[in-house]
Amino acid sequence: MSRLSRYRLLAIIVAVAIVEAMCRIGWIDRFTMQPPLQIAIDLWKLLVSGKHLDAIGKTMGNAAIGFVLAVSAGVVVAVAVHRRRLLRETLEPLFATYYAIPVLAFYPLLIILFGVGDAPKITIAFMLGVIAVIVNLLNGLDRVPPVLIKTARVVGMGPTQIVWRVTLPFSAPYLLTGVKFALAYSLIGIIGSEFIMSTDGMGFEISFAYNNFDNATMYPLIVLILLISISLNFALGTIEKQILQRRGLR
Amino acid sequence: MTTPDAGGPSGLEPHVTLQAVTRTFAGQQSTPAVHALGPVDLTLRKGEFFAVVGPSGCGKSTLLEVLAGISQPTSGQVIFEGQPVKGRVPEGVGVVFQEDACFPWLNVTDNIALGLQALPLSETERRQRVEDALALTGLKAFAQAFPAQLSGGMRQRVCIARTLIMRPRLILLDEPFGALDQQTRLLMGEEVLRLWRQSGATIFLITHALDEAAMLADRIGVMSARPGRLIDLVETGWPRERDSRVVELPQFGQLTARLWRSLRGESLKSLDSSQATQ
Repeated sequence: MSRLSRYRLLAIIVAVAIVEAMCRIGWIDRFTMQPPLQIAIDLWKLLVSGKHLDAIGKTMGNAAIGFVLAVSAGVVVAVAVHRRRLLRETLEPLFATYYAIPVLAFYPLLIILFGVGDAPKITIAFMLGVIAVIVNLLNGLDRVPPVLIKTARVVGMGPTQIVWRVTLPFSAPYLLTGVKFALAYSLIGIIGSEFIMSTDGMGFEISFAYNNFDNATMYPLIVLILLISISLNFALGTIEKQILQRRGLR
Repeated sequence: MTTPDAGGPSGLEPHVTLQAVTRTFAGQQSTPAVHALGPVDLTLRKGEFFAVVGPSGCGKSTLLEVLAGISQPTSGQVIFEGQPVKGRVPEGVGVVFQEDACFPWLNVTDNIALGLQALPLSETERRQRVEDALALTGLKAFAQAFPAQLSGGMRQRVCIARTLIMRPRLILLDEPFGALDQQTRLLMGEEVLRLWRQSGATIFLITHALDEAAMLADRIGVMSARPGRLIDLVETGWPRERDSRVVELPQFGQLTARLWRSLRGESLKSLDSSQATQ
Protein backbone atom coordinates (compact mmCIF):
# COMPACT_ATOMS: atom_id res chain seq x y z
CA MET A 1 0.00 0.00 0.00
CA SER A 2 1.36 3.42 -0.94
CA ARG A 3 1.92 6.12 1.64
CA LEU A 4 -0.98 8.15 0.29
CA SER A 5 -3.44 5.28 0.54
CA ARG A 6 -2.25 4.66 4.09
CA TYR A 7 -2.99 8.29 5.00
CA ARG A 8 -6.36 8.00 3.32
CA LEU A 9 -7.21 4.88 5.32
CA LEU A 10 -6.04 6.64 8.48
CA ALA A 11 -8.31 9.62 7.75
CA ILE A 12 -11.31 7.31 7.40
CA ILE A 13 -10.46 5.42 10.60
CA VAL A 14 -10.07 8.67 12.53
CA ALA A 15 -13.41 10.01 11.22
CA VAL A 16 -15.20 6.79 12.16
CA ALA A 17 -13.50 6.78 15.57
CA ILE A 18 -14.69 10.34 16.24
CA VAL A 19 -18.28 9.38 15.37
CA GLU A 20 -17.91 6.28 17.58
CA ALA A 21 -16.69 8.46 20.46
CA MET A 22 -19.50 11.01 19.99
CA CYS A 23 -22.09 8.21 20.08
CA ARG A 24 -20.54 6.60 23.16
CA ILE A 25 -20.26 9.90 25.07
CA GLY A 26 -23.88 10.65 24.22
CA TRP A 27 -23.43 13.72 22.02
CA ILE A 28 -25.31 11.75 19.40
CA ASP A 29 -28.28 9.95 20.93
CA ARG A 30 -29.06 6.33 20.13
CA PHE A 31 -32.32 7.13 18.33
CA THR A 32 -30.44 9.29 15.84
CA MET A 33 -27.54 6.97 15.18
CA GLN A 34 -25.94 3.81 16.43
CA PRO A 35 -22.21 3.80 17.20
CA PRO A 36 -20.30 2.50 14.13
CA LEU A 37 -19.03 -0.55 16.01
CA GLN A 38 -22.63 -1.46 16.89
CA ILE A 39 -23.61 -1.01 13.22
CA ALA A 40 -20.84 -3.41 12.22
CA ILE A 41 -22.04 -5.99 14.75
CA ASP A 42 -25.67 -5.52 13.62
CA LEU A 43 -24.62 -5.91 9.99
CA TRP A 44 -22.86 -9.16 10.76
CA LYS A 45 -25.94 -10.47 12.65
CA LEU A 46 -28.21 -9.36 9.82
CA LEU A 47 -26.15 -11.17 7.21
CA VAL A 48 -25.82 -14.32 9.32
CA SER A 49 -29.55 -14.39 10.10
CA GLY A 50 -30.27 -14.29 6.37
CA LYS A 51 -33.39 -12.28 7.07
CA HIS A 52 -32.79 -9.65 4.40
CA LEU A 53 -30.98 -11.75 1.82
CA ASP A 54 -34.05 -11.73 -0.45
CA ALA A 55 -34.17 -7.95 -0.35
CA ILE A 56 -30.44 -7.68 -1.04
CA GLY A 57 -30.70 -10.14 -3.91
CA LYS A 58 -33.68 -8.30 -5.35
CA THR A 59 -31.95 -4.93 -5.28
CA MET A 60 -28.64 -6.17 -6.64
CA GLY A 61 -30.34 -8.22 -9.36
CA ASN A 62 -32.39 -5.25 -10.56
CA ALA A 63 -29.39 -2.93 -10.37
CA ALA A 64 -27.35 -5.43 -12.41
CA ILE A 65 -30.05 -5.60 -15.09
CA GLY A 66 -30.33 -1.80 -15.25
CA PHE A 67 -26.54 -1.52 -15.39
CA VAL A 68 -26.07 -4.10 -18.15
CA LEU A 69 -28.88 -2.54 -20.21
CA ALA A 70 -27.46 0.97 -19.76
CA VAL A 71 -23.95 -0.09 -20.78
CA SER A 72 -24.94 -2.19 -23.78
CA ALA A 73 -27.49 0.32 -25.11
CA GLY A 74 -25.00 3.13 -24.44
CA VAL A 75 -22.29 1.41 -26.47
CA VAL A 76 -24.64 0.66 -29.36
CA VAL A 77 -26.03 4.20 -29.49
CA ALA A 78 -22.60 5.87 -29.18
CA VAL A 79 -21.10 3.74 -31.96
CA ALA A 80 -24.15 4.31 -34.18
CA VAL A 81 -24.31 8.06 -33.60
CA HIS A 82 -20.58 8.76 -33.71
CA ARG A 83 -20.07 8.97 -37.48
CA ARG A 84 -23.54 10.24 -38.37
CA ARG A 85 -23.03 13.94 -38.28
CA LEU A 86 -26.61 15.23 -38.57
CA LEU A 87 -27.95 12.77 -36.02
CA ARG A 88 -25.14 13.54 -33.66
CA GLU A 89 -25.43 17.31 -33.92
CA THR A 90 -29.15 16.96 -33.29
CA LEU A 91 -28.77 14.76 -30.22
CA GLU A 92 -25.64 16.10 -28.55
CA PRO A 93 -27.21 19.20 -26.93
CA LEU A 94 -29.96 16.94 -25.61
CA PHE A 95 -27.39 14.65 -24.01
CA ALA A 96 -25.76 17.69 -22.43
CA THR A 97 -28.98 18.85 -20.77
CA TYR A 98 -30.21 15.35 -19.97
CA TYR A 99 -28.96 15.30 -16.40
CA ALA A 100 -31.06 18.38 -15.61
CA ILE A 101 -34.06 16.01 -15.77
CA PRO A 102 -35.04 14.50 -12.41
CA VAL A 103 -35.70 11.02 -13.76
CA LEU A 104 -37.15 9.79 -10.44
CA ALA A 105 -39.96 12.33 -10.77
CA PHE A 106 -41.31 10.29 -13.65
CA TYR A 107 -42.15 7.33 -11.46
CA PRO A 108 -45.94 7.77 -11.65
CA LEU A 109 -45.74 7.76 -15.44
CA LEU A 110 -43.54 4.66 -15.39
CA ILE A 111 -45.97 2.86 -13.10
CA ILE A 112 -48.79 3.70 -15.51
CA LEU A 113 -46.70 2.40 -18.40
CA PHE A 114 -45.17 -0.72 -16.83
CA GLY A 115 -47.31 -1.41 -13.80
CA VAL A 116 -46.03 -2.02 -10.28
CA GLY A 117 -43.04 -4.35 -10.30
CA ASP A 118 -39.43 -4.43 -11.35
CA ALA A 119 -39.84 -2.84 -14.80
CA PRO A 120 -40.30 0.81 -13.73
CA LYS A 121 -37.37 0.55 -11.29
CA ILE A 122 -35.07 -0.97 -13.88
CA THR A 123 -36.19 1.70 -16.35
CA ILE A 124 -35.17 4.44 -13.94
CA ALA A 125 -31.78 2.80 -13.31
CA PHE A 126 -31.31 2.42 -17.07
CA MET A 127 -32.33 6.00 -17.84
CA LEU A 128 -29.96 7.40 -15.25
CA GLY A 129 -26.97 5.45 -16.53
CA VAL A 130 -27.29 5.19 -20.29
CA ILE A 131 -26.50 8.79 -21.22
CA ALA A 132 -23.31 8.81 -19.14
CA VAL A 133 -22.11 5.78 -21.13
CA ILE A 134 -23.01 7.43 -24.45
CA VAL A 135 -21.38 10.78 -23.65
CA ASN A 136 -18.14 9.29 -22.34
CA LEU A 137 -17.79 6.74 -25.12
CA LEU A 138 -18.39 9.44 -27.77
CA ASN A 139 -15.61 11.42 -26.17
CA GLY A 140 -13.29 8.41 -26.50
CA LEU A 141 -14.35 7.60 -30.08
CA ASP A 142 -13.57 11.19 -31.06
CA ARG A 143 -9.99 10.71 -29.90
CA VAL A 144 -9.11 7.67 -32.00
CA PRO A 145 -6.14 8.81 -34.12
CA PRO A 146 -7.10 8.62 -37.83
CA VAL A 147 -3.83 6.80 -38.55
CA LEU A 148 -5.01 3.78 -36.53
CA ILE A 149 -8.13 3.51 -38.66
CA LYS A 150 -6.10 3.86 -41.86
CA THR A 151 -3.74 1.16 -40.61
CA ALA A 152 -6.68 -1.12 -39.91
CA ARG A 153 -8.02 -0.57 -43.42
CA VAL A 154 -4.62 -1.29 -44.92
CA VAL A 155 -4.48 -4.67 -43.18
CA GLY A 156 -7.91 -5.46 -44.55
CA MET A 157 -10.35 -4.74 -41.72
CA GLY A 158 -13.91 -3.78 -42.59
CA PRO A 159 -16.08 -1.26 -40.70
CA THR A 160 -17.39 -3.79 -38.15
CA GLN A 161 -13.94 -5.17 -37.41
CA ILE A 162 -12.61 -1.64 -37.03
CA VAL A 163 -15.21 -0.96 -34.34
CA TRP A 164 -14.36 -4.15 -32.41
CA ARG A 165 -10.61 -4.18 -32.88
CA VAL A 166 -9.69 -0.49 -33.08
CA THR A 167 -12.13 2.18 -31.99
CA LEU A 168 -13.72 0.40 -29.02
CA PRO A 169 -10.42 -0.88 -27.53
CA PHE A 170 -8.87 2.55 -27.99
CA SER A 171 -11.84 4.14 -26.20
CA ALA A 172 -11.83 1.60 -23.36
CA PRO A 173 -10.62 4.04 -20.68
CA TYR A 174 -13.31 6.55 -21.65
CA LEU A 175 -15.96 3.85 -21.79
CA LEU A 176 -14.87 2.73 -18.33
CA THR A 177 -15.54 6.22 -16.98
CA GLY A 178 -19.08 5.91 -18.34
CA VAL A 179 -19.38 2.41 -16.91
CA LYS A 180 -18.43 3.69 -13.46
CA PHE A 181 -21.21 6.27 -13.67
CA ALA A 182 -23.68 3.66 -14.90
CA LEU A 183 -22.78 1.44 -11.94
CA ALA A 184 -23.37 4.18 -9.37
CA TYR A 185 -26.52 5.40 -11.14
CA SER A 186 -28.03 1.93 -11.38
CA LEU A 187 -27.76 1.50 -7.61
CA ILE A 188 -29.13 5.01 -7.05
CA GLY A 189 -31.97 4.36 -9.50
CA ILE A 190 -33.01 1.03 -8.00
CA ILE A 191 -32.70 1.99 -4.34
CA GLY A 192 -34.27 5.39 -4.93
CA SER A 193 -37.23 3.76 -6.66
CA GLU A 194 -37.57 1.21 -3.90
CA PHE A 195 -37.97 4.04 -1.41
CA ILE A 196 -40.92 5.51 -3.29
CA MET A 197 -42.66 2.70 -5.16
CA SER A 198 -41.85 -0.74 -3.90
CA THR A 199 -42.74 -3.42 -1.42
CA ASP A 200 -39.40 -5.17 -1.54
CA GLY A 201 -35.67 -4.55 -1.98
CA MET A 202 -33.11 -2.87 0.23
CA GLY A 203 -34.56 0.62 -0.30
CA PHE A 204 -37.94 -0.58 0.89
CA GLU A 205 -36.40 -2.37 3.92
CA ILE A 206 -34.47 0.75 4.87
CA SER A 207 -37.52 2.99 4.70
CA PHE A 208 -39.60 0.36 6.53
CA ALA A 209 -36.98 0.16 9.30
CA TYR A 210 -36.83 3.95 9.43
CA ASN A 211 -40.59 4.21 9.95
CA ASN A 212 -40.36 1.68 12.78
CA PHE A 213 -37.36 3.26 14.54
CA ASP A 214 -35.50 0.03 13.78
CA ASN A 215 -31.97 1.43 13.74
CA ALA A 216 -30.49 -2.06 14.13
CA THR A 217 -31.76 -2.81 10.60
CA MET A 218 -31.63 0.56 8.92
CA TYR A 219 -27.98 1.47 9.56
CA PRO A 220 -26.49 -1.91 8.67
CA LEU A 221 -28.38 -1.89 5.36
CA ILE A 222 -27.16 1.63 4.54
CA VAL A 223 -23.60 0.59 5.36
CA LEU A 224 -23.99 -2.57 3.26
CA ILE A 225 -25.06 -0.51 0.23
CA LEU A 226 -22.05 1.75 0.78
CA LEU A 227 -19.68 -1.21 0.98
CA ILE A 228 -21.05 -2.87 -2.16
CA SER A 229 -20.96 0.33 -4.19
CA ILE A 230 -17.45 1.25 -3.06
CA SER A 231 -16.00 -2.22 -3.71
CA LEU A 232 -17.49 -2.41 -7.22
CA ASN A 233 -16.21 1.06 -7.99
CA PHE A 234 -12.80 0.10 -6.64
CA ALA A 235 -12.72 -3.00 -8.84
CA LEU A 236 -13.46 -0.90 -11.94
CA GLY A 237 -10.86 1.62 -10.82
CA THR A 238 -8.25 -1.14 -10.65
CA ILE A 239 -9.03 -2.24 -14.22
CA GLU A 240 -8.85 1.38 -15.36
CA LYS A 241 -5.48 1.85 -13.69
CA GLN A 242 -4.10 -1.26 -15.38
CA ILE A 243 -5.26 -0.09 -18.82
CA LEU A 244 -3.79 3.38 -18.37
CA GLN A 245 -0.50 2.06 -16.98
CA ARG A 246 -0.11 -0.27 -19.94
CA ARG A 247 -0.57 2.67 -22.29
CA GLY A 248 1.92 4.77 -20.34
CA LEU A 249 -0.75 7.26 -19.37
CA ARG A 250 -0.30 6.97 -15.61
CA MET B 1 10.18 -12.50 -45.96
CA THR B 2 11.59 -13.59 -49.30
CA THR B 3 9.92 -14.11 -52.63
CA PRO B 4 11.35 -15.97 -55.63
CA ASP B 5 12.42 -12.80 -57.41
CA ALA B 6 14.19 -11.40 -54.33
CA GLY B 7 17.50 -9.82 -55.18
CA GLY B 8 16.69 -9.68 -58.87
CA PRO B 9 17.14 -6.44 -60.80
CA SER B 10 14.17 -4.12 -61.02
CA GLY B 11 12.53 -4.97 -64.31
CA LEU B 12 10.61 -2.69 -66.61
CA GLU B 13 7.37 -4.55 -65.99
CA PRO B 14 4.75 -2.06 -64.71
CA HIS B 15 3.54 -2.80 -61.18
CA VAL B 16 1.19 0.05 -60.43
CA THR B 17 -0.02 2.81 -62.69
CA LEU B 18 -1.71 6.13 -61.96
CA GLN B 19 -3.77 7.42 -64.88
CA ALA B 20 -4.60 11.14 -64.83
CA VAL B 21 -5.33 10.95 -61.13
CA THR B 22 -6.72 14.06 -59.42
CA ARG B 23 -8.10 14.64 -55.98
CA THR B 24 -10.26 17.55 -54.89
CA PHE B 25 -11.53 17.99 -51.35
CA ALA B 26 -15.09 19.27 -51.23
CA GLY B 27 -15.48 22.56 -49.37
CA GLN B 28 -17.77 23.29 -46.43
CA GLN B 29 -20.20 26.24 -46.32
CA SER B 30 -17.48 28.76 -45.47
CA THR B 31 -14.41 27.16 -47.11
CA PRO B 32 -13.90 26.67 -50.86
CA ALA B 33 -13.11 23.29 -52.39
CA VAL B 34 -9.40 22.46 -52.48
CA HIS B 35 -7.78 21.01 -55.55
CA ALA B 36 -5.04 19.03 -53.80
CA LEU B 37 -3.57 16.80 -56.44
CA GLY B 38 -2.97 16.18 -60.07
CA PRO B 39 -3.50 15.30 -62.72
CA VAL B 40 -0.71 12.78 -62.09
CA ASP B 41 0.41 10.08 -64.52
CA LEU B 42 2.98 7.69 -63.14
CA THR B 43 4.03 4.07 -63.55
CA LEU B 44 6.04 2.27 -60.89
CA ARG B 45 8.18 -0.57 -62.22
CA LYS B 46 8.07 -3.91 -60.49
CA GLY B 47 10.70 -4.08 -57.76
CA GLU B 48 11.94 -0.51 -58.03
CA PHE B 49 12.52 1.93 -55.19
CA PHE B 50 10.67 5.11 -56.09
CA ALA B 51 10.81 8.26 -54.00
CA VAL B 52 8.68 11.38 -54.20
CA VAL B 53 9.88 14.75 -52.96
CA GLY B 54 7.82 17.89 -52.94
CA PRO B 55 7.18 21.08 -51.02
CA SER B 56 5.10 20.81 -47.86
CA GLY B 57 1.36 20.73 -48.48
CA CYS B 58 1.78 19.70 -52.13
CA GLY B 59 -0.44 16.63 -51.82
CA LYS B 60 2.24 13.97 -51.32
CA SER B 61 0.24 12.17 -48.66
CA THR B 62 -2.92 12.51 -50.72
CA LEU B 63 -1.07 10.86 -53.61
CA LEU B 64 -0.03 7.99 -51.32
CA GLU B 65 -3.55 7.51 -49.98
CA VAL B 66 -5.00 7.39 -53.47
CA LEU B 67 -2.28 4.98 -54.55
CA ALA B 68 -3.01 2.74 -51.55
CA GLY B 69 -6.75 2.75 -52.12
CA ILE B 70 -7.36 4.44 -48.78
CA SER B 71 -9.04 7.36 -50.54
CA GLN B 72 -10.73 7.58 -53.91
CA PRO B 73 -9.36 9.75 -56.71
CA THR B 74 -11.77 12.48 -57.83
CA SER B 75 -10.96 11.55 -61.42
CA GLY B 76 -8.60 9.14 -63.14
CA GLN B 77 -7.74 5.70 -61.83
CA VAL B 78 -5.11 3.54 -60.18
CA ILE B 79 -4.21 0.16 -61.67
CA PHE B 80 -2.41 -2.27 -59.33
CA GLU B 81 -1.17 -5.51 -60.91
CA GLY B 82 -3.60 -5.10 -63.77
CA GLN B 83 -6.64 -4.49 -61.57
CA PRO B 84 -8.25 -1.08 -60.95
CA VAL B 85 -8.08 -0.08 -57.25
CA LYS B 86 -11.60 0.59 -56.02
CA GLY B 87 -12.71 1.57 -52.54
CA ARG B 88 -10.44 -0.69 -50.57
CA VAL B 89 -6.75 -1.39 -50.09
CA PRO B 90 -5.80 -4.28 -52.39
CA GLU B 91 -4.17 -7.40 -50.98
CA GLY B 92 -0.42 -7.09 -51.50
CA VAL B 93 -0.19 -3.39 -50.61
CA GLY B 94 1.37 -2.31 -47.30
CA VAL B 95 1.64 1.19 -45.86
CA VAL B 96 3.85 2.69 -43.16
CA PHE B 97 2.57 6.08 -42.05
CA GLN B 98 4.38 9.09 -40.72
CA GLU B 99 2.40 9.20 -37.49
CA ASP B 100 2.86 6.66 -34.75
CA ALA B 101 0.43 3.89 -35.72
CA CYS B 102 1.17 1.51 -32.83
CA PHE B 103 -1.95 0.32 -31.04
CA PRO B 104 -1.24 1.36 -27.44
CA TRP B 105 -3.26 -1.48 -25.87
CA LEU B 106 -1.43 -4.24 -27.77
CA ASN B 107 2.09 -5.48 -27.08
CA VAL B 108 4.68 -5.52 -29.85
CA THR B 109 3.84 -9.07 -30.95
CA ASP B 110 0.11 -8.36 -31.20
CA ASN B 111 0.77 -5.05 -32.94
CA ILE B 112 2.87 -6.80 -35.55
CA ALA B 113 0.37 -9.62 -36.00
CA LEU B 114 -2.55 -7.20 -36.45
CA GLY B 115 -3.26 -8.13 -40.05
CA LEU B 116 -2.46 -11.84 -39.90
CA GLN B 117 -5.95 -12.73 -38.73
CA ALA B 118 -7.23 -12.01 -42.23
CA LEU B 119 -4.81 -14.53 -43.79
CA PRO B 120 -5.47 -18.27 -43.91
CA LEU B 121 -2.46 -19.32 -41.82
CA SER B 122 -1.90 -22.16 -39.39
CA GLU B 123 -0.84 -21.30 -35.86
CA THR B 124 2.72 -22.50 -36.65
CA GLU B 125 2.95 -20.36 -39.78
CA ARG B 126 1.56 -17.43 -37.88
CA ARG B 127 4.15 -17.78 -35.13
CA GLN B 128 6.92 -18.23 -37.69
CA ARG B 129 5.97 -15.04 -39.47
CA VAL B 130 5.92 -13.09 -36.21
CA GLU B 131 9.34 -14.53 -35.31
CA ASP B 132 10.75 -13.55 -38.72
CA ALA B 133 9.34 -10.05 -38.60
CA LEU B 134 10.67 -9.51 -35.06
CA ALA B 135 14.12 -10.74 -36.07
CA LEU B 136 14.18 -8.73 -39.29
CA THR B 137 13.39 -5.46 -37.53
CA GLY B 138 15.54 -6.11 -34.45
CA LEU B 139 12.58 -6.22 -32.08
CA LYS B 140 13.10 -9.72 -30.67
CA ALA B 141 13.93 -8.49 -27.18
CA PHE B 142 10.81 -6.32 -27.14
CA ALA B 143 8.24 -8.88 -28.26
CA GLN B 144 6.23 -8.55 -25.05
CA ALA B 145 6.79 -4.80 -24.52
CA PHE B 146 4.02 -2.26 -24.93
CA PRO B 147 4.48 0.71 -27.31
CA ALA B 148 4.59 3.16 -24.40
CA GLN B 149 7.83 1.49 -23.28
CA LEU B 150 9.55 2.00 -26.65
CA SER B 151 11.32 4.97 -28.25
CA GLY B 152 9.96 6.68 -31.35
CA GLY B 153 12.38 4.81 -33.62
CA MET B 154 11.42 1.48 -32.09
CA ARG B 155 7.72 2.20 -32.50
CA GLN B 156 8.32 3.00 -36.17
CA ARG B 157 10.09 -0.36 -36.50
CA VAL B 158 6.98 -2.02 -35.08
CA CYS B 159 4.94 -0.38 -37.84
CA ILE B 160 7.45 -1.52 -40.46
CA ALA B 161 7.38 -5.07 -39.08
CA ARG B 162 3.58 -5.02 -39.13
CA THR B 163 3.70 -4.11 -42.81
CA LEU B 164 6.40 -6.65 -43.73
CA ILE B 165 4.64 -9.53 -42.00
CA MET B 166 1.87 -9.32 -44.59
CA ARG B 167 4.52 -9.87 -47.31
CA PRO B 168 3.36 -6.96 -49.45
CA ARG B 169 4.48 -6.66 -53.05
CA LEU B 170 4.06 -2.87 -52.97
CA ILE B 171 5.17 -0.96 -49.87
CA LEU B 172 4.17 2.66 -49.46
CA LEU B 173 6.16 4.71 -46.96
CA ASP B 174 4.78 8.12 -45.96
CA GLU B 175 7.71 10.01 -44.42
CA PRO B 176 8.25 7.11 -42.04
CA PHE B 177 11.34 8.69 -40.50
CA GLY B 178 10.00 12.25 -40.34
CA ALA B 179 9.84 12.21 -36.56
CA LEU B 180 13.31 10.70 -36.06
CA ASP B 181 16.68 12.41 -35.67
CA GLN B 182 19.09 12.62 -38.62
CA GLN B 183 21.43 9.80 -37.58
CA THR B 184 18.64 7.39 -36.77
CA ARG B 185 17.10 8.31 -40.11
CA LEU B 186 20.24 7.38 -42.03
CA LEU B 187 20.46 4.02 -40.29
CA MET B 188 16.75 3.31 -40.70
CA GLY B 189 17.25 4.17 -44.37
CA GLU B 190 19.89 1.45 -44.61
CA GLU B 191 17.51 -1.00 -43.02
CA VAL B 192 14.81 -0.12 -45.50
CA LEU B 193 17.27 -0.73 -48.34
CA ARG B 194 18.13 -4.12 -46.86
CA LEU B 195 14.46 -5.05 -46.43
CA TRP B 196 13.74 -3.86 -49.97
CA ARG B 197 16.45 -6.13 -51.38
CA GLN B 198 15.36 -9.09 -49.29
CA SER B 199 11.66 -8.77 -50.01
CA GLY B 200 11.86 -7.92 -53.71
CA ALA B 201 8.90 -5.58 -53.19
CA THR B 202 8.29 -2.32 -55.02
CA ILE B 203 8.77 0.64 -52.69
CA PHE B 204 7.13 4.03 -52.96
CA LEU B 205 8.63 6.48 -50.46
CA ILE B 206 7.39 9.95 -49.70
CA THR B 207 9.84 12.30 -48.07
CA HIS B 208 10.59 15.96 -47.73
CA ALA B 209 14.33 15.21 -47.30
CA LEU B 210 16.18 15.49 -50.64
CA ASP B 211 19.20 13.59 -49.30
CA GLU B 212 16.98 10.74 -48.14
CA ALA B 213 15.42 10.44 -51.59
CA ALA B 214 18.81 10.70 -53.33
CA MET B 215 20.33 8.05 -51.08
CA LEU B 216 17.54 5.47 -51.17
CA ALA B 217 15.73 5.57 -54.49
CA ASP B 218 16.24 4.21 -58.00
CA ARG B 219 14.00 6.95 -59.37
CA ILE B 220 12.81 10.18 -57.82
CA GLY B 221 9.68 12.11 -58.74
CA VAL B 222 9.60 15.82 -57.95
CA MET B 223 6.21 17.32 -57.19
CA SER B 224 5.02 20.87 -57.72
CA ALA B 225 3.33 23.09 -55.16
CA ARG B 226 -0.41 22.48 -54.72
CA PRO B 227 -2.15 21.14 -56.74
CA GLY B 228 0.67 18.61 -56.79
CA ARG B 229 1.79 17.40 -60.21
CA LEU B 230 4.96 15.57 -61.20
CA ILE B 231 7.36 18.11 -62.70
CA ASP B 232 10.56 16.08 -62.87
CA LEU B 233 11.71 12.44 -62.88
CA VAL B 234 15.30 11.66 -61.95
CA GLU B 235 17.11 8.29 -62.32
CA THR B 236 19.77 7.88 -59.65
CA GLY B 237 21.59 4.97 -61.27
CA TRP B 238 22.65 3.43 -57.93
CA PRO B 239 23.49 -0.29 -57.84
CA ARG B 240 20.96 -2.47 -56.03
CA GLU B 241 23.56 -3.24 -53.36
CA ARG B 242 23.98 0.15 -51.69
CA ASP B 243 23.88 1.80 -48.31
CA SER B 244 24.05 5.23 -46.71
CA ARG B 245 27.69 5.59 -47.75
CA VAL B 246 26.54 6.69 -51.23
CA VAL B 247 26.41 10.14 -49.64
CA GLU B 248 30.21 10.23 -50.03
CA LEU B 249 30.02 9.89 -53.83
CA PRO B 250 30.19 12.97 -56.08
CA GLN B 251 27.03 11.86 -57.93
CA PHE B 252 25.14 12.21 -54.65
CA GLY B 253 25.90 15.92 -54.49
CA GLN B 254 24.93 16.34 -58.13
CA LEU B 255 21.65 14.50 -57.52
CA THR B 256 20.58 16.57 -54.55
CA ALA B 257 21.58 19.73 -56.43
CA ARG B 258 19.46 18.66 -59.39
CA LEU B 259 16.50 17.92 -57.12
CA TRP B 260 16.81 21.25 -55.40
CA ARG B 261 17.01 23.07 -58.72
CA SER B 262 13.66 21.49 -59.70
CA LEU B 263 12.14 22.05 -56.33
CA ARG B 264 13.30 25.46 -55.19
CA GLY B 265 10.78 27.52 -57.16
CA GLU B 266 7.93 25.24 -56.03
CA SER B 267 9.01 25.42 -52.41
CA LEU B 268 8.99 29.21 -52.62
CA LYS B 269 5.46 29.15 -54.06
CA SER B 270 4.31 26.83 -51.34
CA LEU B 271 5.92 29.05 -48.68
CA ASP B 272 4.30 32.18 -50.13
CA SER B 273 0.85 30.64 -50.26
CA SER B 274 1.09 29.30 -46.74
CA GLN B 275 2.13 32.74 -45.51
CA ALA B 276 -0.70 34.34 -47.48
CA THR B 277 -3.27 32.12 -45.79
CA GLN B 278 -1.98 32.83 -42.32
